Amino acid sequence: MKIFNITFECETGNYHTFCPISCVAWLYQKIEDSFFLVIGTKTCGYFLQNALGVMIFAEPRYAMAELEEGDISAQLNDYEESKKICIQIKQDRNPSVIIWIGTCTTEIIKMDLEGMAVKSEKKLQIPIIVARANGLDYAFTQGEDTVSAAMAHRCPVNKIFRSNDEKYLNDLDSSDRVKDHLQIKEHKHKDHNLVLFGSLPSNVAFQLTSELKRQNICVTGWLPSQRYSDLPSLGDGVHACGVNPFLSRTATILMRRGKCRLIGAPFPIGPDGTRTWIEKICHVFDVRPQGLKEREEQIRNNLSEYTKILGGKSVFSMGDNLLEISLARFLIRCGMIVYEIGIPYLDKRYQAAELSLLKTTCEAMNVLIPRIVEKPDNYNQVQRMHELEPDLAITGMAHANPLEARGIDTKWSVEFTSAQIHGFTNARDALELVTRPLRRNLSGSIPSNWNNPLRQELSYS
Amino acid sequence: MKSAYWMYAGPAHIGTLRVASSFKNVHAVMHAPLGDDYLNVMRSMLERERDFTPVTASIADRHVLARGSQEKVANNMNRKDEEQRPDLIVLTPTCTSSTLQEDSQNLVNRALISSMSDVIPADVNHYRVNELQAADRTSEQTVRHYLNKAIEKGALNRSVTNVPSANIIGISTSGFHNQHDCRELKRLLQGSGILINQIIPEGASLKDSKDLPRAWSNTVPHREAGPMTAIFLKKEFGMPYVSITPAGPSDAADFIGRIEGYINAWASVLSEKEKGVDYEPYVVNQTRFVSQAAWFSRTIDCQNPTGKEAVVSGDATHAASITKILVKEMGIRVRRSGTHRRHDTEWFNEQIQGLCDEILVTEDHTEVGDATARVEPSAIFGTQTERHTGKRINIPCGVIPSPVHIQNFPLGYRPLLGYEGANQIADSVHNSFNPGMEDYLSDVSGGHDTKGVVTKLSSNKEDPKRTTESQLELSKIPGFVRSKIKRKTEVFAKQNNISEITIDIMYAARESFSP
Repeated sequence: MKIFNITFECETGNYHTFCPISCVAWLYQKIEDSFFLVIGTKTCGYFLQNALGVMIFAEPRYAMAELEEGDISAQLNDYEESKKICIQIKQDRNPSVIIWIGTCTTEIIKMDLEGMAVKSEKKLQIPIIVARANGLDYAFTQGEDTVSAAMAHRCPVNKIFRSNDEKYLNDLDSSDRVKDHLQIKEHKHKDHNLVLFGSLPSNVAFQLTSELKRQNICVTGWLPSQRYSDLPSLGDGVHACGVNPFLSRTATILMRRGKCRLIGAPFPIGPDGTRTWIEKICHVFDVRPQGLKEREEQIRNNLSEYTKILGGKSVFSMGDNLLEISLARFLIRCGMIVYEIGIPYLDKRYQAAELSLLKTTCEAMNVLIPRIVEKPDNYNQVQRMHELEPDLAITGMAHANPLEARGIDTKWSVEFTSAQIHGFTNARDALELVTRPLRRNLSGSIPSNWNNPLRQELSYS
Repeated sequence: MKSAYWMYAGPAHIGTLRVASSFKNVHAVMHAPLGDDYLNVMRSMLERERDFTPVTASIADRHVLARGSQEKVANNMNRKDEEQRPDLIVLTPTCTSSTLQEDSQNLVNRALISSMSDVIPADVNHYRVNELQAADRTSEQTVRHYLNKAIEKGALNRSVTNVPSANIIGISTSGFHNQHDCRELKRLLQGSGILINQIIPEGASLKDSKDLPRAWSNTVPHREAGPMTAIFLKKEFGMPYVSITPAGPSDAADFIGRIEGYINAWASVLSEKEKGVDYEPYVVNQTRFVSQAAWFSRTIDCQNPTGKEAVVSGDATHAASITKILVKEMGIRVRRSGTHRRHDTEWFNEQIQGLCDEILVTEDHTEVGDATARVEPSAIFGTQTERHTGKRINIPCGVIPSPVHIQNFPLGYRPLLGYEGANQIADSVHNSFNPGMEDYLSDVSGGHDTKGVVTKLSSNKEDPKRTTESQLELSKIPGFVRSKIKRKTEVFAKQNNISEITIDIMYAARESFSP
């Protein structure tokens, strides 16, 4: 069934991105009582230590279980070895859950992580979750997807619900409880049981929760939750909605195992995305959305300084974190022309609503639908960029400086994963990021004849 | 399995890639899963490299596991050959391909069938060697390959240059201050009339490697990369090499002295009339006037650190050099010196024998941290890890070797070698200890911290009240923008006649800001 006349291409997959184990960086901070153990080699450790930079010194709640030659050749017993390390972790940190991150090497030597976890869990009396976030199968942010999917299996299954407000209170930080208790009583909705999935900083999660509360919709829980012990209950009658475009496995698990009903919506990135996201959820719960249009317009007005810079500019997204489609859709709405959307992996079902919003956005703004390239080839992309000469390239750090040296302004794509870009409130931050390289040029700090400072052209001139 | 948070040296393939990407027109093809091409990021970010890093990953995915990677890797190598016509393609194994036990030589043979470029498999085992050993090995392997090829073709040039000359071996990308060291080394040699024959691997073209043996001698400034190449060149072509690291005035003098010896040996062979060279006056002049370090250690300013205590750790070259400089040149007591280069323990011990109280050889950063905390020195000289230890226990730290951050790739000229290097090290050591008078005065006056007074004066008395939740929310905002957001929120509250700031007010304020 062909719903959209968007064209999808697929290239060689020779592209640069972060290894999915990088998800421990934000997840150990999100889940406060967790400990992440990455079972891999020196390569994994080296990547983490360099990619996380400063964070590694702040006593992080993660560690490497570094495989040695004896582990690879099975001269050492996997179970005994991992148990030793986990006992140490339990002693030193006493976490509520240990999450094992499987890597390429554990895949290749077929280490039975799931089997070992069950045994260790019994022995240690502490939940052990296995997520296979490896570079053989996944890219960058998909690491979070594997962890959330594994975590969904641990959500309590409840067929008879406690009253909604009581459960809702349990899911909130204690500081918010007293105040919200009163508010909740005002708008109790017995039918609404909504679980949102995707790891967001606690304040962004709070912002989205309160946006929905304005529409009289209570969020009953988040996956992942701030603490492991607060995982939301799943079951018949629970609706689930994703906040990030890279969570397709989690969505599948929630539907199939958790028996949840998935709300297909675009993602709350940019005021347009946030509005449509809320509308879709309202629609499912039969709630008439109130004041959304005005709110979107008001936010949009406040962005005018940014959109003035972006209007008519072209952008080329090389692709590495799966946020690309949502971001492109938002940027088109801001008046940009998107030449290409590179993306590591595209789940057309999970992203269906986002793709359809992309299409209507293109129609509304009267621009061509950009080509979507799955598993891109960076070398080919750079050749295409030389022809297209985009005003901005959204790209990984491996290509940023070389592209800048060739006169193409760049924005590091990694920043979009760590910055707060969700909801109405943070639309500014997203545009702040996108416009930064362009504003740098506006200010005239770089002489215009310097827009191609390649070595060979500079010397002897 | 061993538990680890931090490692001093990276995995083997990083070493290979560092060497391969340092040569001109050499392309490395890694056989690796998605995300393993992290060197590209490091080169682009740390070294702020303008060109694309000549490293491509041939991605190992599920299909490769099922079918084997034969075709894919060979195809990727041939594709690179066509796209960029490199002189050499280095097939680089990673932990993944080591585990898969792929036959690299076979992959190379397949690629060679249609490739115009040379192709070699990097001969490193991920589970046996680390970054530094691999870099050393790859450098030797590449040079050997091209010299053997030249011999086969009969193209090898064995005649030494007319004037005394030297090769510099072991300067590579991502090395600690390598670019600056290279420039200073050139200055040091050229200053004494020695011609630089070639520098490898950084910027070297493999087409020229046939001329490597024309140098009178080789210099290997860092033990971490280069010794194997120098040993190979000595064995095959009888080229002598100097492996002294010319850091600090006295080692620099030794370095020059050794080269002088080699030159004079050759000079007498070349012609009987030749009198040979005498670098003594050059060394004296440099030590006395170009380098300020020798004079500096005699100034009264340098009396202050005398007898103060320090600990040192890092790679073998830098840790040994710094220890020598601290003790011999500056009169500082080194309580503990150590390295993570376990396989180089013997050399390290020999170098710093008698210069420090304790020698610690370990790859475990917590052990180094604990030992440092026990000793409580006045200053630490180590890697970025030790800098963080220092921050925790409030002891200043000078960063001397890798692993390092972007601030250790300075734009300004900061060599560690040669006479200018001696100046830089003296500055860095001196700055690491608290300046003498400040130390003394603050002890006498019991500190003169005026921060509290300043804040009180500039704070606004009529702030609107904040709920505890919004106070908490405010504390979550990163420090450097917190006060700005606090102020803007308060302005917003005042404008709207709001007496109490809740979280919702904070967000509403944020949404209303226009740029």
